[in-house]
Amino acid sequence: MNLLHGKDILDISTLTREEITLIFQTADTMKRRLRQKAKKSTYLKGKAIINLFCEPSTRTRTSFELAGKYLGADVINFTTSASSVLKGESFRDTLLTLQAMHCDALVLRHPVEGSARWAAAQLAPVVINAGDGAHAHPTQALLDLFTLREKGIELKGRKMVIVGDILHSRVARSNIALWSKYGADIHVCGPATLLPRHAEQLGVTVHARLEDALKEASVINVLRIQLERQQKGMFPSAREYARLFGINEERMKLARPDAVILHPGPLNRGLEIAWQTSYGKQAAILQQVENGVAVRMALLALTLQGETNNENFD
Amino acid sequence: MKILIKNGHVVDPSQSLDTTADVLVENGHVKEIAPHINVKCERVFDAKGLAVIPGLVDMHTHLREPGYEAKEDIVSGTQAAAHGGVTTVACMPNTKPVIDSSILVSGVKARAEQHGFAHVEVIGAITKNSEGKELSEMGDMAARGAVAFSDDGHHVSSARVFLLAAQYAKALNKPLISHAIDEELNTQGFMHEGIVSTRLGIPGVPSVAEDMAVARDCLVAQYTGAHVHIAHVSTQGAVDLIRHFKKQGVHVTAEAAVHHLTLTDEACSGFNTAAKISPPLRSMEHVRALRQGVLDGTIDIIVTDHSPHASEEKDVEFRYAPNGFPGLETSLGVLLTDLYHTGQMDLSTLINKMSCEPARLFGLPGGTLRPGAVADIAIVDLAREWTVDSNRFYTRGKFTPFEGKKCKGQVVATLLAGKFVMENGEIQCN
Repeated sequence: MNLLHGKDILDISTLTREEITLIFQTADTMKRRLRQKAKKSTYLKGKAIINLFCEPSTRTRTSFELAGKYLGADVINFTTSASSVLKGESFRDTLLTLQAMHCDALVLRHPVEGSARWAAAQLAPVVINAGDGAHAHPTQALLDLFTLREKGIELKGRKMVIVGDILHSRVARSNIALWSKYGADIHVCGPATLLPRHAEQLGVTVHARLEDALKEASVINVLRIQLERQQKGMFPSAREYARLFGINEERMKLARPDAVILHPGPLNRGLEIAWQTSYGKQAAILQQVENGVAVRMALLALTLQGETNNENFD
Repeated sequence: MKILIKNGHVVDPSQSLDTTADVLVENGHVKEIAPHINVKCERVFDAKGLAVIPGLVDMHTHLREPGYEAKEDIVSGTQAAAHGGVTTVACMPNTKPVIDSSILVSGVKARAEQHGFAHVEVIGAITKNSEGKELSEMGDMAARGAVAFSDDGHHVSSARVFLLAAQYAKALNKPLISHAIDEELNTQGFMHEGIVSTRLGIPGVPSVAEDMAVARDCLVAQYTGAHVHIAHVSTQGAVDLIRHFKKQGVHVTAEAAVHHLTLTDEACSGFNTAAKISPPLRSMEHVRALRQGVLDGTIDIIVTDHSPHASEEKDVEFRYAPNGFPGLETSLGVLLTDLYHTGQMDLSTLINKMSCEPARLFGLPGGTLRPGAVADIAIVDLAREWTVDSNRFYTRGKFTPFEGKKCKGQVVATLLAGKFVMENGEIQCN
């Protein structure tokens, strides 16, 4: 039995460093497999995974879908636009129905905070949180850290900056929680209306000016800015946002020369990040996407199969 | 029918009584309190080692009838009251239909008189259907016994409507009870804006949303001379504002709910929907300010804001759960444990705020053991230890943020108009 067998992956606080190390070791193997000619194994043959996505998503859903399929599991996508969630069947009934169909894992994306934890309390199958409201996105945080690890960045004492809409960001919350476990020096920056009032109590330094935040930074995590926030009046205009908080070549000179840019995608190029910068050598964006599949393969393999004697996950 | 309660520790702040004595009840009324009464009685209750207090008067409850009987009704709600030592409950009008006319006031009172296990006072709506637009027939409702008016659950957002309501209510000599929290800010959040909401990613209700509404309502009280009672005060800023306006001689009074005096937003950790309520559970600095407000008289009375729901309504994602939880069966035990046994509040202050003052403030019978008064009495074992278990509640709301709490101090018997309605945790149904 491995540490993670049968475990729900709900948020970072429920994971130990030992478990995270195991996830990363497994993800290393998965990444090598991904790059082989024959990617597909039968390790999860006979397992059924349901991607229940109650919120639009392409990359996370595709990443989970491929991760399951590369391991030989049957993966079904269930999105709200096509589902009974919109037809008035309650969410609990939807969950119980899927359970009755003998699914082994449920990957859940939901617009409401705490929904993954709530779902896990109702269900026997493994629940993996693929984003619940502004609360948590643990697999994104894990793939981000896996990417930094590949880049050779040790977190302890490093200046890490998260830029953008911290208030509504599950990525920010999960990264802060994860980086805190490793002693990073975490800073956040964004329009004052999009910063939580009590952000300091999360153990981070808050900056009003991007220039102050970027100084000597090793990692810059750029968040996607939701244009609907502007429509709701939370900041004046996209133009002003880009001017005050957009990451560009000029501003990157303030950071360490070896600084890495992370972005969870999809990008608003020219808004939160300049075109040139987004394609530049400091941006790890496509590496994050590749690692996303590897990390999710690792999570599915570890939570769904107990035997660790098959170290190649064939 | 004569009942003699012997050798109890009688605590009745309404007559500054705090002594060991016998209480004689005759024909539903208190007949006499004296060190030793020797009269032949149908029933003698040995209260040695127990506190004998006026039954609690709770000015903020939701009995949910008519319309939401899956959550509660007058029978289950008043049984819960009797279980908690509460002999008078005032019920809020946010039922279906909203209690905004005299026939509904009469109807609720009639049902309660026939089937209730506590006296029920009715609070009518300030505006028709509590929509905050047109004044309801407050005069007609007052004539049928409505004791106050409130659109509880909503702030009367329109300053114009609230000003008119205050003028109108003043002429009727009835208080307006304000659910003072800025409606727009309140509807955008689901718990207190603080470190817990930040961690959970749940949109918060800032404390200033309450402060600004309290300020406006106090100014209206000052301008009109009407009696404005601020419901369930939960913030430090609101306590400061009320203190300020009281010093100016403005007719403002205020209540604090048991949970705001004893719990913080940490109770919502882990997305615990049992702890979701409006106004939300706040942080420790607010709890401290509220306790101070109770001690210095800024907060006049303590209430439960008993607001039960069907359990399945609460077993959903935090954001979708309705606000509220039951409180009638835990109020005295929780406050004795957290405030009395910790030395923060003496017994007479607590009983005064939970019984005598609410009755006096709203002109109700009860809240006293004076000879001639109706014999609404709670008998309390201050030392008895017990654990909160919602399965043992009489309310239909079988959940509470106090679940599993170890309490010290429990009501062992409740008399309503001279009849035992609860003994040893059991409702007496005859």
